[in-house]
Amino acid sequence: MIEIEEGGIATTIQDLGRTGHYHIGMPPSGAMDRYAHTVANYLVGNDADAATVEMTYQGITATFREDAVIAITGADMSPRVNGDPIETWRSVAVEAGDELALSFATEGARAYLAVAGGIDVPKVMGSGSTYTLVGIGGHEGRALEAGDELSIGESNDGDELVGTRVGDEYVPTYADEETVRIVLGLTDYRLTEAAKETLCNAEWTVSSEADRVGYRLEGPDLEFEEREQPFGAGTDPSNVVDLGYPIGSIQVPNQPIVLMQDAVTGGGYATVGTVISADRGLLAQRQTHDSVYFEAVDVDDAHAAREERNERLEAVRAAIDGGI
Amino acid sequence: MDDERITPVELPEPRYEYGGDDHVFVELAEEMSFTANFKAMAITQQVADRDIEGVVENCPANASYMLRIDPDVIRPDDLIDELKAIEAETDIENYEWETRVIDVPVLFEDPWTHETLMEFRDRHQDPDSTDLEYSAQLNGFDDVDSFIDAFVGAPHMVTMVGFVPGLPWCFQMVPRSQQLEVPKYVEPRTDTPGRAVGFGGAFSVIYPVQGAGGYQLFGRTPVEVLDTDRTLPDFRDSMVFPNPGDILNYRRIDRAEYDEIREAVEDGTYEFEYETVTFSPDEFFESPREYNARLVEGEA
Repeated sequence: MIEIEEGGIATTIQDLGRTGHYHIGMPPSGAMDRYAHTVANYLVGNDADAATVEMTYQGITATFREDAVIAITGADMSPRVNGDPIETWRSVAVEAGDELALSFATEGARAYLAVAGGIDVPKVMGSGSTYTLVGIGGHEGRALEAGDELSIGESNDGDELVGTRVGDEYVPTYADEETVRIVLGLTDYRLTEAAKETLCNAEWTVSSEADRVGYRLEGPDLEFEEREQPFGAGTDPSNVVDLGYPIGSIQVPNQPIVLMQDAVTGGGYATVGTVISADRGLLAQRQTHDSVYFEAVDVDDAHAAREERNERLEAVRAAIDGGI
Repeated sequence: MDDERITPVELPEPRYEYGGDDHVFVELAEEMSFTANFKAMAITQQVADRDIEGVVENCPANASYMLRIDPDVIRPDDLIDELKAIEAETDIENYEWETRVIDVPVLFEDPWTHETLMEFRDRHQDPDSTDLEYSAQLNGFDDVDSFIDAFVGAPHMVTMVGFVPGLPWCFQMVPRSQQLEVPKYVEPRTDTPGRAVGFGGAFSVIYPVQGAGGYQLFGRTPVEVLDTDRTLPDFRDSMVFPNPGDILNYRRIDRAEYDEIREAVEDGTYEFEYETVTFSPDEFFESPREYNARLVEGEA
């Protein structure tokens, strides 16, 4: 059992998410940075889908009430055990009574704590992920707070992995990752050609409204093609007849909002492109006031990027199994 | 009001679009019509029947649909080829589906949405009127009462579920000439009471939970469309009640009935009143007013 002493700012339990329910308005939820989440799990001998603790901007303070093997990946929140710094991207043994404390993120926005055996939470619609808007999944459907007690699942081979560290070439440097690749499309016919260029060339800044639902970006205004609004769309030039929003899609009420894992599943704003699956985790590691640039790629490039990420994860897993 | 026929719309060629590497979005039309919606439902139904490997989400929308795929299993272009084949053989005139005609009681001009809409007057097109007064006037009605009569005067079909879990978008089952249309708020509200009944573009909605929203606020229903704990009898199989293709029959109620129903909901005993019917687009288009009357009587 892990006892939470301080919950941080927005700490939730997440796995790889909840699929098959989008048509009733249920977003997938799940880890915002799937790469970091998955590597953390691999480091303690879990499957990729085991539930981890996702911390945003500020980490938790927690006491372990049993021995455990843990790994912390993602944003650097300077983790310490009983006051002594521990390395990230490494599996570490903790003992009953040990206190784990993380502070503010110095690089990246989201850190993941995996525990051998996984965080044991009930599955709701097939997933342990927290979706706070309607209060389901994870720990009581909400962000963690002081006094919460998390159970740890049965572990297989975490002990054998203690001390394993991921090679530097597999550890992202979030501070440098300011370009995310997108595929233009969906209803991008609503933007003028000049506005599409602006979207792809401008420096965008992550606003203070950037969370698991969406990343609101600030930058130049985008112009819409003039038209007589079609029946049912509403009067604003950015309005379309309400449609489904892909995860990662960029909607443009005016300034762009990139929809993230807990996004609304549909609505009536023009969506003009989609952040490719391989780069959504990089965007999720951008902090408020950080810059973001979009680079337009085609769907084959998007697929190649995904395969490359899968191969990296496979290489990490193989290295861990082989004992790095 | 005579029984004006609904003319099926000639749809443009569908636009197949990539949502990154893991979504396919298909726009059947830019404007809303029953033809576009029924086609979205017919195609997504066939996608479900075919059980295509690698399709992980299947979401019909108002005049479009979206599929989420596992790109490690299927590539978007391969799926698009199959969708084009399905599209070519889809004829909505012969398409029928089992649906429910559901009684949805609504307290119009309720105190809760009134308080909210007054709070957000600065985000509204017409700060000096209520949302209902504005909508009535914009649609050429003399007063709010006759506007509400039109709103409840024909059932509304659920053409999409989403935004948040359980929110139904509904399109009123009347010819275009009689359809109501209103803009969304100039700036979305940051608050809306749960169970508020709103209207934006040409769609009525029921907000499942308290939260943001940009539709004009007309009233509040005592019934739930989302029950995450699944304690109410109608939610045994799913935490969400409305499904695409369902038909909501809004009914005007007074405060006493609202309170009575609310008490039953809170006791966990409330059950929706609904009839299961087979919906025929063809018969509906031919004679909507008469067909709606049969639907509401449970005789379609």
